[in-house]
Amino acid sequence: MTDMSIGNASLLRLAEEEAPATKVRSYWQMVGYRLRYDYVTLFFAALIIAIVLMSIFAPWIAPKDPYKTSMAFRLKPIAFRDFWLGTDELGRDILSRLIYGGRMSLLMGLVPVVIATFIGGTLGVIAGFIGGSVNMMIMRTMDVFYAFPSILLAVAISGAMGGGMVNGMVALTLVFIPPLCRIAETATTQVRNLDFVEAARASGGSTLSIVGTHILGNVLGPIFIYASGLVSVSILIASGLSFLGLGVEPPNPDWGLMLSTLRQSIYVNPIVCALPGAMIFITSLSFNLVSDGLRQAMDVRM
Amino acid sequence: MWHYIARRILYAIPIGIGVTVFCFALVFLAPGNPVQMLLPADASQETIDLIMKTYGFDKPLPLQYLTWLERAIVGDLGMSIQTNRPVLDEVLKALSNTIFLSAGAVMLAFTIAFIFGTTAAYYRGSLIDRGVTALSIIGVSVPSYWLGIVLVIIFAVDLNWLPATGMGPKGSETFNIFSWDHFKYIIMPVITMSMVPVGIITRTTRSAVAEVLGNDFVNTLRAKGLSEFAVIRHAIKNAMPQILAVMGLQFGYLMGGSILVETIFNWPGSGFLLSKAILTRDIPVLQGAILILALCFVFTNLVVDLVQTSVDPRIKRA
Repeated sequence: MTDMSIGNASLLRLAEEEAPATKVRSYWQMVGYRLRYDYVTLFFAALIIAIVLMSIFAPWIAPKDPYKTSMAFRLKPIAFRDFWLGTDELGRDILSRLIYGGRMSLLMGLVPVVIATFIGGTLGVIAGFIGGSVNMMIMRTMDVFYAFPSILLAVAISGAMGGGMVNGMVALTLVFIPPLCRIAETATTQVRNLDFVEAARASGGSTLSIVGTHILGNVLGPIFIYASGLVSVSILIASGLSFLGLGVEPPNPDWGLMLSTLRQSIYVNPIVCALPGAMIFITSLSFNLVSDGLRQAMDVRM
Repeated sequence: MWHYIARRILYAIPIGIGVTVFCFALVFLAPGNPVQMLLPADASQETIDLIMKTYGFDKPLPLQYLTWLERAIVGDLGMSIQTNRPVLDEVLKALSNTIFLSAGAVMLAFTIAFIFGTTAAYYRGSLIDRGVTALSIIGVSVPSYWLGIVLVIIFAVDLNWLPATGMGPKGSETFNIFSWDHFKYIIMPVITMSMVPVGIITRTTRSAVAEVLGNDFVNTLRAKGLSEFAVIRHAIKNAMPQILAVMGLQFGYLMGGSILVETIFNWPGSGFLLSKAILTRDIPVLQGAILILALCFVFTNLVVDLVQTSVDPRIKRA
């Protein structure tokens, strides 16, 4: 049973990692070394890069104008003339809209996580480092937001504010601040009273330098890993908001929005109708797997 | 332990108050005058003034909140702009349909996740384990609103086996799960909704059972000659409280997050109600539905926590 519990793959990995015992690697070298042999993560990271490039260079890649409607060619099937993936209910080229759609979806997926990481991380470090009543105030406020499932909170805020891409991003940012704040607070509290922080203070380090080097150095890792996992959630919820009519507004091309409008023509053109959702799925899956790979590679205990 | 239970209940109270403050504030997030948000667009000036007075919108904010809270506690969440019926009635009626759907989804998810998770934990490190892990990642990455549409395309549009939307044949008021005519309506929504919990519960089951199997007492069990089946049974028994807790949390999560699945399948639950309220800018319904769903979520989390504490003797919380 023992070999079963360790597994051949892990044994191999152990052997690989222990072989060059004389060579001392830095932490990041080790992470890079681990990632180099993690083909799943590498593949999906390449996929993410491809999707990002596709979105950035959409005007050069897309064969047609994604906004150009045509009453004559509505809801045409796949490979109709030069509409490779057919047309939507207004006669717009689906392939071009799918290519452009990545822009809105990625933007709405990434921006809230970045902003929330900054705000939530800052609040969490403040709460953890100062402690006492400040901690109490910040963390109890965050607890209230934990009383909502994330999609419900996003729907509540953007629903009340009245839809639109910016409102959707604001809502998503508010959704992600509490969990990131909690991660940062936990990590900061753990580090705050350790000996090396005490030593830094005893040797005359200012509060700013202690937070800047010693606290942040130990807090950024967990925050980053957690935030990378949120990107997938963010893309799913953002497209969900657009699907409900709360995110990107028509006529802009967005995967979630396309899914909701193409749904009306499900009996006419079923396969085309499923394509935008497939893009959302691939993107969210890629971010999820890459985040998982990063977490494993960056795990110090392994 | 009683000390812990009392503290846990007390702890839920400020969160509940926070939730009411948030829901109260939602009206002010909306662009425009909050009074107009609560009334139909063609309301006369007299009606506006009347509402202004009765709801106390001319008073300072904290007082407004207290007035609102007082009404909310006795069940007066205002009137729906669209249907002109009490919000509470509308939400509660829809909520029972949502509970039905969520319970079905979480039970299906548990069955699948339990089999997958235990198998993966037993053969950990093997190809089966990796496959199950991949499946659980796929489960949490699938956009439910897309999976629902794909299922509709396959089983309703192409094969014509199952109805695409709704809850029961036309004209039927109550849902009867024991009749196939009704049951076929719930199949696709339940499968769609169960994807995320399958992913999450599988992961929990795998790690919980694997952790138990790594314990020394498992070797003792084997040494005294127990069959592998009996060993697994021991491991499952030890891992169960943790798995059930995650299942409970997922149930609460599904209830609150049902909006996308219910919108796809026109399932007349609270999420569908919410989605309609958003489209029609029916702010009282939006506010009421979110308040009740959030309170349900807080309540479910509380119950899960308390049940876990009382069931699992190993948890001794200070």
